[in-house]
Amino acid sequence: MGFSTTLIVNGVTRTIDLDDPRVTLLDLLRERLQLTGTKKGCDRGQCGVCTVILDGRRVNSCLALAISHDGANVLTIEGVAQGNRLHPVQEAFLAHDGLQCGFCTPGQIMSAIGLIQEGQAGDDPERVREGMSGNLCRCAAYQGITQAVLAAQKTLSAVSRKDVA
Amino acid sequence: MKTFDYIRPASVQDAVAAASESGTAYLAAGTNLMDLMKGGVIRPDKLVDITRLPGLDRIEDLPDGDARVGALVRNADLAHDRNFSRRFPAVAEALLSGASAQLRNAATVGGNLLQRTRCAYFYDVASACNKRDPGTGCDARGGDSRLQAIMGWSEHCIATHPSDFCVPLVALDAIVEVAGKAGQREIPLEAFHRLPGDTPHRESVLEPGDLIVAVRLPADAARFAAHSRYLKVRERTSYAFAVVSAAAALRFEGPTIVEARVALGGVAMKPWRAREAEAVLTGEQAAISLFRRAAEAVLATAKPSGDNGFKIELARRVTVRALALAAAGTPARPPALPASPLAVSGVALHA
Repeated sequence: MGFSTTLIVNGVTRTIDLDDPRVTLLDLLRERLQLTGTKKGCDRGQCGVCTVILDGRRVNSCLALAISHDGANVLTIEGVAQGNRLHPVQEAFLAHDGLQCGFCTPGQIMSAIGLIQEGQAGDDPERVREGMSGNLCRCAAYQGITQAVLAAQKTLSAVSRKDVA
Repeated sequence: MKTFDYIRPASVQDAVAAASESGTAYLAAGTNLMDLMKGGVIRPDKLVDITRLPGLDRIEDLPDGDARVGALVRNADLAHDRNFSRRFPAVAEALLSGASAQLRNAATVGGNLLQRTRCAYFYDVASACNKRDPGTGCDARGGDSRLQAIMGWSEHCIATHPSDFCVPLVALDAIVEVAGKAGQREIPLEAFHRLPGDTPHRESVLEPGDLIVAVRLPADAARFAAHSRYLKVRERTSYAFAVVSAAAALRFEGPTIVEARVALGGVAMKPWRAREAEAVLTGEQAAISLFRRAAEAVLATAKPSGDNGFKIELARRVTVRALALAAAGTPARPPALPASPLAVSGVALHA
């Protein structure tokens, strides 16, 4: 039985013929679309490395059944930079050493983008840590990650103020 | 993962008909279901995807003042709904203390009620588990039982229900609206989950095909808004299930508690409504000594199911402290660490 699934991935409409209903959004991105920036860690919704923005919300793509999200809009790490210009959250992770080995970084960055959009954390480091607790970092770069998120949020709110003006 | 048929019905009626066959499971966000299917813990033949069913994603106040929350409302959306969290702050705090931001963004209200236990023996398909495979026994008995139940357990199962959301809900007399083969019906949340007895595989009173369509909170439950808290002890500060939790809601007239609601989480296979505690509190003035008597009343029947006697004392202290926090008043905004005993507060830390 075949299932045709259409997704808008990083702004591009992609139609994928699924030969198996078991394909997760994560496996679809990595194995069918070769978008391997989104990582597979635990594959059970515990580590957060597979975080993507699905219809405007950060979620664990390993727990999302692709077939159930036909028509959805997906933003992955490959879609956040504009050409050679990094996203402000990517810049902030570099500036604040928000990584060591880098394996969890795509998930951290997508989660941070989601957190900033949600707007619940403000400039409170405790709320940022709580809001990022779904992303594990085995190198324990947490201090840098928290600083990066706070800095990126400041940059992004300055940009959006300029946009309004 | 075993393969399965996949269907996406267009109406609640079609969904109920499709899911009435054995071997069928409803799929909403799948945050628990996918995990269980990947582990081979449950192996449905068919998934009935309910995510596109119309009308199940609304949060509304009904004309009579009841709050009605559709089964497909996301946990995060409910917690951040200004009107809902103002009326039912302990429910919002409990939601925010659960899982991670990513999971709260996906997981639904109906799915939260029906999530399965996190008992390690249930998850480990090599272990005996009466809940997973009826009649095979319970390896948690005599096994690693530190986090298992202290109330309402049986020789057949000592697991706990993992939901935070359900704890304040049961305290506030929530009602579950269910669509089934014979039409729609209402079940008080307190009567929704079943204790294990000798049928631990039956976790709720739902029948095949039954679909949760909404959860309702009565208008009266909003009268506790000024003194409502959820407190949750877990093994790390964030993103962990409760070892023990408590919801406390008080209504004062002057210095007197005229109405009290208390429920415990992490202690049994259902959210545990503590009516004995409520009876002790009603008509009295708030004091730590009173809160201790209330906690004693509910925990009088608690019994270790293994190496978890500490949970009885912990539940006593969590209950006392949740009551003290509720008496001190609901904060204007949930703390940075929702429901955490480590959150800064004006209340004495050691109950």
